[in-house]
Amino acid sequence: MSKERDAGMLNVSYEAAFKELEEIVAALETNQQSLEESMKLYERGQALSKYCAVLLEKAELKIQQLANMNPTPTEGE
Amino acid sequence: MFQGSLFQSTSLSVGEITRYLRELLDSDEILRDVWVSGEVSNPSYPASGHLYFTLKDQTSALKCVMWKPQVLRLRFTLQAGMALEAHGAISVYEQGGQYQLYVDSVRQVGEGALYQEFVRLKTKLEAEGLFDEGRKRPIPAAPAAIGIVTSPSGAALQDILNTLQRRYPLARVVIAPSAVQGDAAPAEIVAALQRLNNEPGLEVILLARGGGSLEDLWAFNDERVVRAVVDSRLPVISGVGHETDFTLADFAADLRAPTPTAAAELATPDREELSARVRQLARELDDATGARLEYESAQLTSLQRGLERISPLRTIKERQQRVDELGFRSLLAAQGILARAHARYSGMNQLLSSLNPEAVLQRGYAIVRDPLGEIVRSVKQAIPASRVSIKVSDGEFGAHVAGGDEGEGA
Repeated sequence: MSKERDAGMLNVSYEAAFKELEEIVAALETNQQSLEESMKLYERGQALSKYCAVLLEKAELKIQQLANMNPTPTEGE
Repeated sequence: MFQGSLFQSTSLSVGEITRYLRELLDSDEILRDVWVSGEVSNPSYPASGHLYFTLKDQTSALKCVMWKPQVLRLRFTLQAGMALEAHGAISVYEQGGQYQLYVDSVRQVGEGALYQEFVRLKTKLEAEGLFDEGRKRPIPAAPAAIGIVTSPSGAALQDILNTLQRRYPLARVVIAPSAVQGDAAPAEIVAALQRLNNEPGLEVILLARGGGSLEDLWAFNDERVVRAVVDSRLPVISGVGHETDFTLADFAADLRAPTPTAAAELATPDREELSARVRQLARELDDATGARLEYESAQLTSLQRGLERISPLRTIKERQQRVDELGFRSLLAAQGILARAHARYSGMNQLLSSLNPEAVLQRGYAIVRDPLGEIVRSVKQAIPASRVSIKVSDGEFGAHVAGGDEGEGA
């Protein structure tokens, strides 16, 4: 995988990557493309599946807390 | 049976009068379905699982019994001195000759008023259609960003964050802190919901609080909170209290989860399942591409065969083979000729050797030649006194033919 494509992949959300992967598999199963096109799709699909797997494995929850508008301390439970 | 019989002189048995009283009480509309409030005394939980206690106030006492199935549903243990409202029917315990309240449900005093308010508000909001299933929005399967309204210091928040991290760490989480109990809570919850609705990118909101008493959870029965949930642009999943707690916010929410953890689970897909699906897709990708390559390869092979069939190379090869064949056959033929020639030669050789005159000399014959070298076959050739040569097996020697001038000698 080239550096450029690597970087391009990082801009894709997991959902978008997964959806594209699904579409690629569906497209390949119809056998409508030229062989060259198929191989390009395959490479892209492989990259996407690796990307999705890595995202799922490495992801850390990104937590953001809005400032409390009300200055009174919130009660615990 | 008893009508008028009391005025007769014959007395009734204890059993008869007790049964009469029981039927009297059982037929009374009020006694069949009654709430009684009082203070608990002498609660007793025997091994049978039934519950016996007395409700009393300043002036009176009422024996109460609650059967095991109802006792199992009780969410608290009765203690002496507890102010209680008990619901059931008053009837007669014939063996003891006493009337008592057969309790099917109880509530602590205070809960009663809240509960009535809950029912009143629920009926009202329900009539407005706020709880209609048709109004509920679909929950996104894999939200990119999730809003949370809860107390920042509560265990509910930690439960939710742990669950999200375990199941779907891809999500972005925005927490709108809010009090979740007390007088300020409803307004803060409403404000938090509104702020999350203004956050870009959010796809779903979790409204959560850990377990507590009915009073603790009361903010979630507040009409303002219910309406804010209904008015929320984003779908709301509620997870308030425990499994058995239902609040009006739960009814208004697009999805009700029994606990905060369950709310986080209902909001997200499971990472393991997603991974399995990605692996499955990767396999399908390989399979589809493998099948394509196999197909192309088969096509190519078939074309190659076709090409070979029509290629001049084939003719050339065939001819080459024909040449080789002929060469082989000619070799065979030549070998045959040679063999036959050789056989003939050795036959001739034998014949020749059998005809060799020298062989005769061995047997003692001799060849006589005249001076001219001619073989002497007849006496006429033997000219007297001429010189002849005689050949025997191992050499020649000369001789003179006798006769003529025999005297001369030789």
